[in-house]
Amino acid sequence: MVVAMPERDRAVLARRDRIVKALSAIVPGEGVIASEVAMRPYETDGLTAYRALPMVVVLPSTTDQVARILAYCHGEGIKVVPRGAGTSLSGGALPLVDGVLLGMAKFNRIREIDYDNRVVVAEPGVTNLAVTQAVEQRGFYYAPDPSSQIACTIGGNVAENSGGVHCLKYGMTSNNVLGCEIVLMTGEVVRLGGKHVEAGGYDLLGIINGSEGLLGVVTEVTVRILRKPEMARAALIGFASSEDAGECVSKIIGAGIIPGGMEMMDKPAIHAVEEFVHAGYPLDVEALLIVELDGPQAEVDHLVERVQAIAQDCRAVSCRVSTSDQERLLFWAGRKAAFPAVGRISPDYFCMDGTIPRAKLPLVLTRMRELSERYRLRVANVFHAGDGNLHPLILYDANQGDELERAEAFGADILRLCVEVGGVLTGEHGVGVEKRDLMPAMFSETDLAQQQRIKCAFDDKGLLNPGKVFPTLHRCAELGRMHVHAGKVAFPDIPRF
Amino acid sequence: MTDTLKPRTAKDVEDVVQSALARGAALELVGRGTKRAIGRPAQSDLTLDLSSLSGVILYEPEELVLSAQAGTPLDAIEALLAAQGQHLAFEPIDYGPLLTGAPSRATNSGGTIGGVLAANLCGPRRISAGAARDHFLGFEAVSGRGETFKSGGRVVKNVTGYDVSKLIAGSWGTLAALTTVTIKTLPRPQTQATVVVSGLDDATAVRAMAAAMATSCDVSGAAQLPATVAPRIGLGAAVGCSLTVLRLEGVAPSVDHRRATLIAAMRTFVKSFGAVELCDEEASRSLWRAIRDVTPFAGPDASARPVWRIVTAPSRGAQLAGMITAATEAEVLYDWAGGLVWVMLAPSDDAGAALVRRAVGACGGQAMLIRAPAATRAAVDVFSPQEPGLASLTRRVKQGFDPNGVLNPGRMWAGV
Repeated sequence: MVVAMPERDRAVLARRDRIVKALSAIVPGEGVIASEVAMRPYETDGLTAYRALPMVVVLPSTTDQVARILAYCHGEGIKVVPRGAGTSLSGGALPLVDGVLLGMAKFNRIREIDYDNRVVVAEPGVTNLAVTQAVEQRGFYYAPDPSSQIACTIGGNVAENSGGVHCLKYGMTSNNVLGCEIVLMTGEVVRLGGKHVEAGGYDLLGIINGSEGLLGVVTEVTVRILRKPEMARAALIGFASSEDAGECVSKIIGAGIIPGGMEMMDKPAIHAVEEFVHAGYPLDVEALLIVELDGPQAEVDHLVERVQAIAQDCRAVSCRVSTSDQERLLFWAGRKAAFPAVGRISPDYFCMDGTIPRAKLPLVLTRMRELSERYRLRVANVFHAGDGNLHPLILYDANQGDELERAEAFGADILRLCVEVGGVLTGEHGVGVEKRDLMPAMFSETDLAQQQRIKCAFDDKGLLNPGKVFPTLHRCAELGRMHVHAGKVAFPDIPRF
Repeated sequence: MTDTLKPRTAKDVEDVVQSALARGAALELVGRGTKRAIGRPAQSDLTLDLSSLSGVILYEPEELVLSAQAGTPLDAIEALLAAQGQHLAFEPIDYGPLLTGAPSRATNSGGTIGGVLAANLCGPRRISAGAARDHFLGFEAVSGRGETFKSGGRVVKNVTGYDVSKLIAGSWGTLAALTTVTIKTLPRPQTQATVVVSGLDDATAVRAMAAAMATSCDVSGAAQLPATVAPRIGLGAAVGCSLTVLRLEGVAPSVDHRRATLIAAMRTFVKSFGAVELCDEEASRSLWRAIRDVTPFAGPDASARPVWRIVTAPSRGAQLAGMITAATEAEVLYDWAGGLVWVMLAPSDDAGAALVRRAVGACGGQAMLIRAPAATRAAVDVFSPQEPGLASLTRRVKQGFDPNGVLNPGRMWAGV
């Protein structure tokens, strides 16, 4: 598949041999990969529909090497694409043919575990799950838990502001990161925050989270860790309609209960998952909710009862509450395997990621069924119900005629629908290249220009991960220009009210 | 006295900024003016009063979301939320007591929601629920370029484009004039209780608070009131006795269970029986309001004394405060399990800046001068001085939003 990327810089490509040599001087040994075969694993990320072979791959292992690589590329005008584990579902790590792919996998050490301050200081290539594993023997964990947590890295989590099934209660990455060391495109190293909860000054840490690798390369992350809740129980609740399930979610939150996790699946997703995992999901329901409550036993038991009562009130047709941790994990095993389960029933699928105001769910599902008929493609829905984050999985076969094109158009229509009902294009997967050209559905030229001026403050030449997030590239000089027309403003004098 | 402009619509705000740009005039942004005495004194030609942009636009409790015009009073929003059993979980401080000696949440002393966000306010629940930044979902604003722009949305989970809300939170009106804001609301905990430990010195208290935070009790407030401060917090503490206080919130059966666990955990830190007690819901609420608003440092006797707000790693709190108290007469109050240190010093030319900066330099973190005469705030750094690289990045960010320095110039640092 082809997506328009920044025009390739032929002058840079012509200097490739020299560039490879210069990078090898900075990262000696096996840190530079220049052969086509060895670079092949880097040609795509979690969004496999898009592929490109980078000009060269470099794998630094120290902040100093990152700084020297970036300074060199800044001086030479060479584009750089940072990459963690390459699990992005939006093409955030899609290489550029005239760019350096900066792989951060060698930054794989946990530098410090500080229980007194309840923080972990980790290198960006440490996996999300490894942070929890490093502290769980003392009863702690790191809260954000994206489904890819076995593989995805903490640096990538910062770049994407990753979420997970527990983020309604425990927040996204940005709510759990206290500090970062970043290297700017110039090679300058900047430290933001630390073990104290407020960095002071402009919240640059807040803007780095979710910046999709466009502002700086993260070389160290300080995250807060939490004590594990005493226990958790999950309820598996079936409904005859998605309206009933949606009403149940609203009533739970309306009753002042914020569950640790609250997930919904529609019928096609339930069937795909049950066939794959045998989690004991009911097959005769239209919508299934998993509601997990965590905390001390007294609290969990109390809230489980209230949730059951609310479910009954909302015409639930089945309700099972886990009686052991094993059973609870089985409930989750189905949900967590939703993507591979759908992968089994279809050669290819796209995972969309819009967020909608929850009350609009029935409307969105109805419209999605209509779109499904129009595009002649199946769709299965899994849904972070608590926060309105929808993951429609569009099933297609890239080898069948124009199915890929239809799937893409279907996906774009779904995301436009999300925006139309008051939602957004992406809740947790990022814009990347996948949703880049849909940004104007949500933002005006002025909105996007203001965001790009932030990019200019960090990367004046636009060399870091260009072609992602923003549909149109502007030069910083052009964005910085001011147009003050004294004669044309509404009130040439200061207006009085 | 500068002229005041009071636009009634967001479009009017855009016109004011454009006109100011055309005339080369600088604007001071105010809502209700409750935090005007914080930061470097205004270097402006005109005052832009945003308090007429008032009114809640949307409130959907079950979606956990509220949108309002930026000049809507915090009081009004808190009352609306309370009627639905919700609240702003970030527990915004009311600076009224510290700055003017007024009681907590006197009419309009909480200012406007735009001001709450621009100052990134928070409170004792910072350690569990975060600050205003963590609940700020989206906005519309006018930049210093005189352009109306928006960012974020009205849903609680969103990564579409940069999270500009975070940058605006805590920018003190130096990047944009907020016109509409959208925030996350949350259920208000059904009840609360506070476990009170008496007689711990500061260093032991910091260890006890760390131990409390390491339990699964979900402590949502952890403060240390040294012996000199404790009598003024309203719990009837014995003279010469410090108080370490730990808040638990939630549904009643849960709070009952956790307080028993927490009391048992705290027994290991005290020698005498009876040194661990409990205060009930009503007393607990008023206690945490007093800690939130730092009322022990308020009042006519204290008003001439500078107050610093120092944020550090919790385990360094007592050491940092110790460096200051060893060198000068000072009163200290710890929140956030030791991670927030409020320090009140004797009046002096630099408000103790050199000493505070030295202590922060040694222990890590950052310090902000909250209460001091205008002349002092003009002469010393109010916000922590930044490393050259970070300072220049900060200036470039400012320039991207406000290249001509129209919005609150110099409020945070000279030239920003």
